[in-house]
Amino acid sequence: MSPLSCYLLVAALVFAIGLAGALTRRNAILVLIGIELMLNAANLNLIAFWRYGPNPAALTGLMFAVFSIAVAAAEAAVGLGLVISIYRHLRTTDLDEISRMKG
Amino acid sequence: MVIFAILAALTVAGGLAAVMLRNTVHCALAVAVAFAGLALLFLRLNAQFAGFAQILVYVGAVAILVVFAILLTRNSETPATGVFSKTWLAGLVIAAAVFAVLAWAVIKSQAALPQEQTEPQISVAQIGNALMGRYVLPLEIVAVLLTAAMIGAVIVAMHEKGSAK
Repeated sequence: MSPLSCYLLVAALVFAIGLAGALTRRNAILVLIGIELMLNAANLNLIAFWRYGPNPAALTGLMFAVFSIAVAAAEAAVGLGLVISIYRHLRTTDLDEISRMKG
Repeated sequence: MVIFAILAALTVAGGLAAVMLRNTVHCALAVAVAFAGLALLFLRLNAQFAGFAQILVYVGAVAILVVFAILLTRNSETPATGVFSKTWLAGLVIAAAVFAVLAWAVIKSQAALPQEQTEPQISVAQIGNALMGRYVLPLEIVAVLLTAAMIGAVIVAMHEKGSAK
């Protein structure tokens, strides 16, 4: 198996783990952690294709990954702010109990 | 190849622990391990800039942010009803199906994937020139996005007058 396929398989596994976490956990913060893991798996794919692709000097995959890291950081900040705001209103971060949007 | 196997095992083990442990603080520490493993994989792929950005942003900032959020929102240690939601079986089946499809696609497309290349030698100066030249518009948009996200996060998490209990 070529090194690129190994990296792609690891990325697929991390993506599936993150998806399982986002779909099965009750705690909103752990759902966010699952989403972060999925974003990171996509970054690993981008960088692996950049490294083994035909024209690495163009820097496209690397730049896409760097911008993706910046956007993911913004997403984490807003997501955790929302979780803290919901906790202040409802006194819980359990997603099975947060079933209405009216505050 | 041995180093790759160790790093991949570290990353996957960190991710699994983050998803499966009962104590949320342990989950946050495990996800920091997974982020560090991914950063080391980036370094193995000769992407030094992305690797160090990953360490700074994820292991440094996001992991700390997650720990703060967990400590600010804990009222009961482990809920008596369990840490997994009611529909956990469906979620597990969906995740397994997604992994099966992705792995099948990767294994079936082996012949079409690009072959082994020589290691690209990219200096940080080249990345800086690209950021200030070809990628200057995305860079500016990311700057606006980060500012908007920072203001938005502060406003969302701010105490509202009157409704604070």
